[in-house]
Amino acid sequence: MRALAFFTATLLGLSALVTGCTQQPGAKKTAANVTRVDAGHDAQKRAQTALINAKPGAVIEFGEGKFDFDATLSLEDVSDVTIRGQGPDKTILSFANQQQGTGGEGLRVKCPENIAIEDLAVEDAKGDAVKVQDTKKIAFRRVRTEWTGGAKETNGAYGVYPVLCSDVLIEDCVAIGASDAGIYVGQSENIIVRRNRVEKNVAGIEIENSVNADVYENTATDNTGGILVFSLPDLPKKDGRSCRVFNNTVVSNNHDNFAPKGNIVATVPPGTGMMIMANDQVELFDNKVETNKSTGLLIVSYLINQKPIKDDKYDPYCESIYIHDNKFANNGDSPAGDLGGILGKILGTPFPDIMYDGIRDEKKLVDGELPEAKRIRISNNGDAKFVNFDGGALNAAAVFANKKPNIDRELKSYEGALSALSPVSIAGVK
Amino acid sequence: MPVHRCCRFSRTRVRWLALLLLASGCGTGTSVPQPADAPPEKLSAYGLFVGNGATQQPVEGVIPYDLNSALFSDYTTKYRFVKLPAGKSATYSADEAFDFPVGTLIAKTFAYPVDARRPELGQRLLETRILAHQADGWVGLPYIWNAEQTEATLDVAGTTINSGWIDAAGNERTNNYIVPNANQCKGCHKQGETMLPLGPKARHLNRDFAYTHGSENQLAYWTRKGALVGAPAPDKAPRLAAWDDPASGTLDARARAWLEINCAHCHNPLGPARNSGLDLMASQANPTAYGILKPPVAAGRGSGGLAYDIVPGKPEESILAFRIGSIDAGIMMPELGKRLIHQEGLALVRDWIAAMSELGKEPREGAGGQ
Repeated sequence: MRALAFFTATLLGLSALVTGCTQQPGAKKTAANVTRVDAGHDAQKRAQTALINAKPGAVIEFGEGKFDFDATLSLEDVSDVTIRGQGPDKTILSFANQQQGTGGEGLRVKCPENIAIEDLAVEDAKGDAVKVQDTKKIAFRRVRTEWTGGAKETNGAYGVYPVLCSDVLIEDCVAIGASDAGIYVGQSENIIVRRNRVEKNVAGIEIENSVNADVYENTATDNTGGILVFSLPDLPKKDGRSCRVFNNTVVSNNHDNFAPKGNIVATVPPGTGMMIMANDQVELFDNKVETNKSTGLLIVSYLINQKPIKDDKYDPYCESIYIHDNKFANNGDSPAGDLGGILGKILGTPFPDIMYDGIRDEKKLVDGELPEAKRIRISNNGDAKFVNFDGGALNAAAVFANKKPNIDRELKSYEGALSALSPVSIAGVK
Repeated sequence: MPVHRCCRFSRTRVRWLALLLLASGCGTGTSVPQPADAPPEKLSAYGLFVGNGATQQPVEGVIPYDLNSALFSDYTTKYRFVKLPAGKSATYSADEAFDFPVGTLIAKTFAYPVDARRPELGQRLLETRILAHQADGWVGLPYIWNAEQTEATLDVAGTTINSGWIDAAGNERTNNYIVPNANQCKGCHKQGETMLPLGPKARHLNRDFAYTHGSENQLAYWTRKGALVGAPAPDKAPRLAAWDDPASGTLDARARAWLEINCAHCHNPLGPARNSGLDLMASQANPTAYGILKPPVAAGRGSGGLAYDIVPGKPEESILAFRIGSIDAGIMMPELGKRLIHQEGLALVRDWIAAMSELGKEPREGAGGQ
């Protein structure tokens, strides 16, 4: 019996290893490996018990209906698991009645490898809706995260939230109402974010301190900022780089900023289509960016925040940014936030489609210019308007010294191309 | 029955029988329990206590211990025990949890007194958490005490217990006490890839304990009993301050001790909250890393509209104090197992931040810097 058991276990382990390389993320459903959890009495205990008892290869399947949970649901330390419902409008995991002291998320996953979360909604979490940490190969498919009371400062910070993960796939998801970012990928590597819809979040999609990301065919509308690519100091994973943002529809992201102050996204001007902060190697192309009231695209250094940087390993500058073949239209009509307030009188309205603070790493300049490969390059964006607003002259010290910003609307010196970044691929994902 | 279920149960059962055999080898006279399925359903199967365990008096071979500074758990009284397999010892480490042999059991019982001013009135045992060291690692299991206080039963999904007591000031208190689920055990005890005990480290254990034979330093006692090898003399071992005893350390040392034991199981470079970059280990020397003028990262409304974790001299502007002082699920820290604010701990942290310019802790940029 024991010998048989160990033999079988080894066999299962081997098959997981073999298939794990090429298979779609998550466990494959068979007749034998499904644990079903239906809504109703004691759902919290039944669901959490199923997640605790999940073994490699398990599928935890939620039935149709609204589940009323009073505590975080967590999956820990087990690989090759799929958590699925019957569809993002049919299986609703509601955390509206979540009790304090039971965790900071709706659904929390911290597992070594290969997890899929599919076909369900997580509503009204007190903190983040779905947080996945430290997991290699994680897929979110057809997941909806929503705060149903609309955009409010008291909503949780993140909707779909993988952090410190690798091989991240987020597709066909919907994120609504997050007080920070609807879809937030932090400190992760090898990322595909595609075909998602993000609405009424402060940031629609945010890629932060991450390496190798493809963000495409998403629709961002009615957020404060549509799509952000940021790199921030004081974090274990630094220096976000190599991110492609393409074929997205970024329209009318004009929502008030309802992020609690202190958070970096609280500084995003309402009406920002896209924003790149302190990130390197960003290629942004073939996007449709329209009717965002402050600007279509903002490219800035972290220094623009005028917060002290005490992280000596952190690079606060944007370098190797390549903006091409985008369609910008009707952006900047009614600039808002600090950007509108500070620059409104200087620039007049409308604000240009593409705005750059011009702050560069002086140490890297050769004859007053960055080396070719590290420059900002802006080409073939139709009749998109541009400004370098000389953000370095906007801080208190510069103003005190009576230094006026050197406004440069001339696009010519930014024209040209950088080498295209390579597409991201995740094993088993087409 | 599917093959993989069958194999899972038999493997687990073999593992648990082996563990109980190892752990029960201390000559206690307890018969080897034969659980129907692994792990044991009843706490009594471990044979840790005299009688039914209601008095929390350990049997011979089970060592009770205390920590210099202990995690706040909603004002519960806590009883801690370790039981090593017969003839085996833990190996000392100056900084990390001791290396306990496979078969070690660590137990922690949570209780509310009937009346904190009158111990003779007894107490209500809530739960006993077992950390068991199996061949493939540590596992955490919550056992919930029955109303009769005669037995505790495993409940991996956790629960809440409506509780009441009279506190040291004579106030009637109530709490819907949270028993964490087995995954939440991992939430705190998982450090990097490994599940580990948190309390049994030299700096926490280096203090006297009132044993039945009299008071003795715990490191010295464990060594004398053969439970620990490799430990230096107590005065050569690290020692963290007792957060509530000014004689044990400076305000800075006591606040850092409180933060370590209450926060650093997650907020350390290997812990689950390392994505925040905030490290609250008492040994962390970089002021930004432990919060001074560190902007929040993924705090959401946990920021409370404040710009930094710690603003020297200004507890009311410091996110750290704001979150320790909250019981809102989307704001409060710690996130797990807390229903009540630790008012005394909060006061200590606030005092520490308020005094900070005097402690010379702020970096050169300063709160009013560039």
